[in-house]
Amino acid sequence: MPDLSRFSPLKPVLPWLLLALGIAAPFALSSYDLNLLARFMAMGILALGLVLIWGHGGILSLGQGVFFGLGGYAIALHMKLADLPAGELPDFMVWSGRESLPFWWAPFSSPAFTLAAIVIVPTLAGALFAWAVFHRRVGGTYFALITQALSLAFATLIISRQDVTGGFNGLTDFYSIFGVGLASPGTGSMLYWITLTLLCGAFVALRWLLASRFGILLRAARDGENRVRFLGYNPTPFKVAAFAIAAMLAGIGGALFTLHAGVVSPALIGVVPSIEMVVWVAIGGRYSLAGAIVGALLVNLARDAVSSAFPELWLYLMGALFIFVVTLLPRGLAGMVKGKAA
Amino acid sequence: MDALFLNQLFNGASLASLYLLAALGLALSFGLMRVINMAHGEMLMLGGYLAWMTLLVVPGAMGIILAIPVAFIGAAAMGGFIQSTLIRHLSARPLDTLLATWGVSLILQQGARDLFGAIGVEVRAPEWLTGSFVAFGVTLPSARLFIIAIAALVLGALALLLLKTRIGLLVRAVNQDRMMASASGIDVKRVDFTIFCLGSGVAGLAGVMLALLGPVTPNVGQSYIIPAFLVVVMGGLGSIVGTTASAIILGLFAALAQIFVDVSVAQMLLLMFVILFIQVRPQGVVAVKTRQLDA
Amino acid sequence: MLATSACALALASCSGGDKASAPAGDSVSVGVLQSLTGTMAISEITVKNAEMLAIEEINATGGVLGKQINALVEDGASDPSTFAQKASKLIESDKVATVFGGWTSASRKAMLPVFERTGNLLWYPVQFEGNECSPNIIYSGAQPNQQALPALEWAVKQGYKSFFLVGSDYVYPRTANLILKKHIEKGGMQVLGEAYVPLGGTDFSGVIAKIAQAKPAIIINTLNGDSNVAFFKQMQAAGISPKTMPVMSFSIGEQEAQAMGAGLVEGSYAAWNYFQSLTGDANAKFIAAYKAKFGKDAAITDPMVHGYLDVYAWKAAVEKAKSFQPDAVRKAAASLGGFATPMGTVSFAANQSLIQKAYIGKLKADGQFEIIADSGQDIVPEPYDQLAFPGKTCKL
Repeated sequence: MPDLSRFSPLKPVLPWLLLALGIAAPFALSSYDLNLLARFMAMGILALGLVLIWGHGGILSLGQGVFFGLGGYAIALHMKLADLPAGELPDFMVWSGRESLPFWWAPFSSPAFTLAAIVIVPTLAGALFAWAVFHRRVGGTYFALITQALSLAFATLIISRQDVTGGFNGLTDFYSIFGVGLASPGTGSMLYWITLTLLCGAFVALRWLLASRFGILLRAARDGENRVRFLGYNPTPFKVAAFAIAAMLAGIGGALFTLHAGVVSPALIGVVPSIEMVVWVAIGGRYSLAGAIVGALLVNLARDAVSSAFPELWLYLMGALFIFVVTLLPRGLAGMVKGKAA
Repeated sequence: MDALFLNQLFNGASLASLYLLAALGLALSFGLMRVINMAHGEMLMLGGYLAWMTLLVVPGAMGIILAIPVAFIGAAAMGGFIQSTLIRHLSARPLDTLLATWGVSLILQQGARDLFGAIGVEVRAPEWLTGSFVAFGVTLPSARLFIIAIAALVLGALALLLLKTRIGLLVRAVNQDRMMASASGIDVKRVDFTIFCLGSGVAGLAGVMLALLGPVTPNVGQSYIIPAFLVVVMGGLGSIVGTTASAIILGLFAALAQIFVDVSVAQMLLLMFVILFIQVRPQGVVAVKTRQLDA
Repeated sequence: MLATSACALALASCSGGDKASAPAGDSVSVGVLQSLTGTMAISEITVKNAEMLAIEEINATGGVLGKQINALVEDGASDPSTFAQKASKLIESDKVATVFGGWTSASRKAMLPVFERTGNLLWYPVQFEGNECSPNIIYSGAQPNQQALPALEWAVKQGYKSFFLVGSDYVYPRTANLILKKHIEKGGMQVLGEAYVPLGGTDFSGVIAKIAQAKPAIIINTLNGDSNVAFFKQMQAAGISPKTMPVMSFSIGEQEAQAMGAGLVEGSYAAWNYFQSLTGDANAKFIAAYKAKFGKDAAITDPMVHGYLDVYAWKAAVEKAKSFQPDAVRKAAASLGGFATPMGTVSFAANQSLIQKAYIGKLKADGQFEIIADSGQDIVPEPYDQLAFPGKTCKL
């Protein structure tokens, strides 16, 4: 493995350099490339959550798509309502034969409620789900399998309730967010900077969290849950809290992604996309926050570049890369750069 | 009781048989090695394609009978290959095994797509498997009766193997305490390998059964593998009795729920049922007693 | 940044004006956007092939307005957000003059805002549920009144009075069935049941038990792809064959029939605007050209022909407008009049959908359909069914 530590003079400057590049990106990139970058950064926010639960908590979730979707749908409900002429129903409700707005849609016309929902709904759902499983000390592989079933069930449910969720089509055709036109000049850059800010904020907050007593306990529970119990701690609340935080980050990522992509649909939250989210982090490095962000960016960029030109190759490549990284390079790219334990 | 209920009771039994065949291999190797093979669904797929190819060579009534051993052996060989090249080297990292085998599953699916085409192939069942019987106002398709019979046979054979043979004794020993078994001279790795092949072979059989009901496609395994995972979660560690009981419970649940709701909602209910179940009995339907703490 | 803002301020002029209407050099770029990976790839690749064939033929005969067509193929990956992303790439980065593509309604819905924002034009080749009309999309596939309703009319004419609706769980089946139900009830007939199975689902035990109990005169089937094989197989196992209980399918074409083993579905009915078995020189020529390029066993389906004719319609419209500018092209397309296609001479209505006939086919053992009825005259497309969605009209 290349030892990059000899570039250490660069090390203290590097994060600031990257940040400066990140801030300046809207002035250098075309609006299409900027939008792509913003999307991948939104996915990076979700990836940070996976580092927390998977890398440091030993909790493998194959259902992050669910929380990504909760955040995405929350903001999509708001945008659907905001663009609606008074007294009308969203178009898909009409062609699904519905005659009135479901009661749980109504509060989403408020921007404040929507912002709160983006954060609170995934967090609560994540906490409830994790508690239901962890408090009976079911974990490890079982947990991973249950989360996978959860993402399947959630995607299927959204598809089957077309009259209130938009079904397989998802929700799309948005024009404005909080009174700002999505197509108006500058909106793209503004949304990008918001995404960058949240990504950096999440990064810094998680760094602090992982270094705190919480982080230490989380790692202790990962390495020997019963030993932690013998020491007098109950690891369940820590694991539930970590999962809830990861769910919240996934929700925020989902909401931002929906803004950039202009669509949220069950295709983004099912079984396969949920596992792909783990792929980003596995490749970037499951213990490293920076690695996760890089992984999310790299894998998605590669997909964008490879899948149109060589569609079959892409699936082989992703499968092989995944096997390779997981078996031989469990620390991912970050492990290669650091050379030793993080 | 009305005909729809009786019909679904029967359909539940055949669904349970499929769940059981798909889950047995998972449960066996999970009990031994604590690993789940995410490419297990592709063993079903492989079994299906092997059945299709067997029928191309030997059409007619004998074909499907011949397809059963062919699919068993083919899937067992593939399972053995995956176990010895990949899973063995990851045995202390169950979650990584899960992910690495997902990579395998992706490659196998794409491989099947390139070899056989993305659109499904159809296995033409012989005459005696396409008909149906009517009893008590319920239509009993012979294909489904056949599936139930095969599942019962496989279960019986496995029980005999585990309870009456030397290899069964070794498997039970490793299942209860791996370290002790290894210390007393049992070749644990060989036991792992044998059971993994056996489990994959049973999944191959399940693939033949699936081919009697639907098309064989590159992702045919995916539609049954997640219920099979739930069967394993609910069944308890490596217990054949537990796996069987949980396959029956979930199969019946899924079929009976369809009387009242669409298939989509039935799927959601199935998951909620499993989550509720582990609230009551987190150790599964049947718990194998072990003194190990960190399993 | 500045350029982007300036462009956004003057949207119409920017997307059409200086880029698309005067492509540099002697070639013009167009986008071909279909799923090359994922669950939809199997169907969409054939449409991509047909579109590429048309482009190649046009290039061989001198191109459009003297320019060679440069086709940029992108993969929608069976995922709506990828469709939106690639559409925006084609239009904004690659500056294509127009885009051919899409299959699922989900992909079209996700692309629609991109086309409306940039003022570009999408040619959409597949039958769909209607309830949409955008100035930036040309819909050549059937509206509900060009496929579903003619099929219902035919069934009623045969004396079938009770129906069971079974479909995959997505937008087209649910909306098509909603429209059908209104018409069935208005006609004083009965819908005995309605069931949906997740896309790709293969367990039909519950659905078939319900059908066996309801005993409908005919089943209307909007299942997609592989689910059809499982459905017909399990129907057969349950002792119900297309001969005793007929099935009318809206999503089984020649390709599906060929792959399913026609024996299983022989005798079932399908409704389309095109069958491979249609007679006529243009069709024979198209089939021969396609088979020469993509293999003699290739099946030719309705969406492929619509994808193929879309490219020719675009060429004709560009030549009529003498411009590649999307707004001029779409107006020219709607007033093009009749043009020759493998399915005969067709034309676009003012609402940018295709005026076309509907055919009923009965599946034969060789995987081809015997055409047993047609709608007689060409059917004018109606995006909004007036019975199901009263008062809705297409405003362009």
